[in-house]
Amino acid sequence: MNTLKRYLNSEGMESFASSVFAIIIGLLVGLVVLLISNPQQAFEGFKAILLGGLTDMKNVGQVLYFATPLILTGLSVGFSNKVGQFNIGASGQFIVGAYAAVYVGVKWTFLPGPLHCITALIVAMLAGALWGLIPGILCAICHVNVVISCIMMNYIGMYMVNFLVTHTIFDSLKNQSLPIKANAVIPKMGLDNIFKVGNSPSSVNGGIFIAVIAGIIIYILIEKTKFGFELKACGLNPDASKYSGIDSNRTIVISMMIAGALSGLGGALLYLAGSGKSIEVVDVLAPEGFNGIPVALLGQNNAIGIIFAGIFVAYLTVGGFNMQLYNFVPQITDIIISVIIYFGAFFLLFKEFIRSHKPAYSGNVNDEVTAQKESAGGN
Amino acid sequence: MDYVIEMCNITKKFPGIIANDDVTLQVKKGEIHAILGENGAGKSTLMSVLFGMYQPDGGKIKIGGREVEINDPNDANHLGIGMVHQHFKLVQNFTVLENIILGVEPTNKGFIKRDDARARVLKLSEKYGLKIDPDALIEDITVGMQQRVEILKMLYRNNEILIFDEPTAVLTPQEIEELMKIMKGLVSEGKSILFITHKLNEIKAVADRCTVLRKGKCVGTVNVADVTKEELSEMMVGRRVDLVVDKKDVKPGNVIFDVQGLTVKNKASSKNAVNNVSFNVHRNEIVCIAGVDGNGQSELVYALTGLIPANKGKIELNGKDITNASIRKRTLSGIGHIPEDRQRYGLILDYDLGYNLVLQSYFSQHFTSHGMLKYNDIYNYADELIDKFDIRTGQGAKTMVRSMSGGNQQKAIIAREIDRDPDLLIAVQPTRGLDVGAIEYIHKRLIDERDEGKGILLVSFELDEVMNLSDRILVMYEGNIVADLNPKDTTVQELGLYMAGSKRGNVA
Repeated sequence: MNTLKRYLNSEGMESFASSVFAIIIGLLVGLVVLLISNPQQAFEGFKAILLGGLTDMKNVGQVLYFATPLILTGLSVGFSNKVGQFNIGASGQFIVGAYAAVYVGVKWTFLPGPLHCITALIVAMLAGALWGLIPGILCAICHVNVVISCIMMNYIGMYMVNFLVTHTIFDSLKNQSLPIKANAVIPKMGLDNIFKVGNSPSSVNGGIFIAVIAGIIIYILIEKTKFGFELKACGLNPDASKYSGIDSNRTIVISMMIAGALSGLGGALLYLAGSGKSIEVVDVLAPEGFNGIPVALLGQNNAIGIIFAGIFVAYLTVGGFNMQLYNFVPQITDIIISVIIYFGAFFLLFKEFIRSHKPAYSGNVNDEVTAQKESAGGN
Repeated sequence: MDYVIEMCNITKKFPGIIANDDVTLQVKKGEIHAILGENGAGKSTLMSVLFGMYQPDGGKIKIGGREVEINDPNDANHLGIGMVHQHFKLVQNFTVLENIILGVEPTNKGFIKRDDARARVLKLSEKYGLKIDPDALIEDITVGMQQRVEILKMLYRNNEILIFDEPTAVLTPQEIEELMKIMKGLVSEGKSILFITHKLNEIKAVADRCTVLRKGKCVGTVNVADVTKEELSEMMVGRRVDLVVDKKDVKPGNVIFDVQGLTVKNKASSKNAVNNVSFNVHRNEIVCIAGVDGNGQSELVYALTGLIPANKGKIELNGKDITNASIRKRTLSGIGHIPEDRQRYGLILDYDLGYNLVLQSYFSQHFTSHGMLKYNDIYNYADELIDKFDIRTGQGAKTMVRSMSGGNQQKAIIAREIDRDPDLLIAVQPTRGLDVGAIEYIHKRLIDERDEGKGILLVSFELDEVMNLSDRILVMYEGNIVADLNPKDTTVQELGLYMAGSKRGNVA
């Protein structure tokens, strides 16, 4: 009983409760939007978005398929947040990584068997890392705000990839990149046998494992390693980090590189999924990169939290497709998802609320803790 | 007997602690009432309750015999309660006059009636002997004058009850004397003063009565005239405290730290923040840099520790040139640094105590292997330090440092820096804002380190500390070292003159 109580009072529980709370409020506001746009079918549509991801095994698989790139861009944003930098450049890193993967997937046919796929993933990570490295270096050496340079890198990345696709791996009929070779496709790892309806399997593949493993590695990196110690120190208190001799420039550069590599890997996992998706030559920034921001927010920058947040947002996306059965245009779906995510952003507010309404623990005054609140009160 | 303030049986709980437990405070009209207590004893909480920043969980407040509810500082203001905070709340690039009338500007159709305001401010300043220049900008005036502006702010609002939160922390001895006079003047005009402090001398000098708090409880209220300083400190700490530091004479050893011609440019102005400063520190020696805050001490220490680059000069530790060494390298070659701003530089408040205790050594092989932190070793080491240095916390090494009291935060830094066993310990204001018990402890620690053959460079604004601890005193004024004194042959008054720049000595 006491352990349970302590668990309920723990920081992690508070974070979890506030995220759930934020989601519930977001869903309710989403329902209001539905009621306004189409009152007759609002509840049907709401049910679709709530349960759509669970209607059959194929949809469950689709949730995991959509979650894969989201988890990675979420990790990318969350990781850079830990070092105190806002990586809004996940979109550029994502598409650059995607291009690198597809290029390898189409051209490097000399690579045998699974090596083709693995190489494509690694090259994608390197490309993404390069795209994260540039803002990192600009920040460290020239003190350019990472947000500004990342936004610029998004556009440079998008147009450059459009240019490169048309000149190297262009399918001019479809105005998109050529399909990748079968060797480069990420193996299904039996998932297509589990997540299917009849003979129609979902697009889920081994990428989801890679995403989850990436999440666990990032978690360990942040929480258990010396580098993680330095990285969080830089994010929490740059002055004290400097005092302790941490090279914050180096830490920021490396962190941005890792963040870029994660986004790049996300791009690779999406375009190597074998779902027939190719890089379209359009002047639109990859939305997966931006969706990483709310995923990181909802997961409260915690790598494990981000895995679940990514799955949750993917779940809403799949549910949103089902809403179209009830005459909701896709835009409304996007609005609902945005509203829910938007409220997710209020988690800090909810956290504060939950904290202030928790019954005060009325222990005896004891020497050790008397001081606590006094100093917080502005001593 | 009529009391102007009665706080009866105030109880204020926070999760896990009771900051005020059944505290009763009664202040008579026209008295200076001191509130004495260690850090974390509940003084600030009690004043915050009175000033409307916290709502008490139990008890009631009476102002002038009438029971009142104070929901926010505005309510407090309406009831005639004003407060001078420890860190002044002034707009730096406004004039003195503008700061005083800020928020209660007399207006005519939306235009400020400056002349009326000025006349009133000048009248108040004359009446209470608070010398100010109404048109000077806050950033240009001395700390002492800034404090007078804060006092005038209260008077301008017709406050009858004035709370002074550790007002002397930033003043020179001369300014402190001045403030004491002003406080006495205020009460003779019928104001009542609540005076929060750690300093027993000041209580003896001005206060009529004194309420002592300890661990959230009220220990008692005494007439200051009836008790000695020793009795007061015993009430506060709960045990006998040595007010005078016991220090053996030790002969200084070799030069361990040598600074030649160090110059640090000031970003904002053409004047050097530190101007061609040379000095050295021997083994077994505490060298103290005295001076009024803002005369280049911070920049000097930043340059010595590598936080900012030195523009000119040479720094040698143990004969090795470290002028351009990285911070980490300086740390490893034997400099310990207890920084001035413990929350900004010394600690990562959102790390737990264990992590903070290894902030300067997490990378060593004791705590890291193959890039992974060794949790058990870190926390075992932290437990050891917590024990050895008597750091008091709620949850041991897992306590978030943010939730610890200032004194224990400082102890954590001191534990970390001393335990690394540096040859030179640079301690800046190591006892700032701490209570007698903690100060005694820190002073003892510093002297122990000195006796063990370490060199100590102490920067302090507290003259008692300077006089008690140091083997040699360097006085800094406007970026220069203007005096090199032996504490045995000098007086506090003389030191004050050097600090104010009105006297210069021969510096080697």
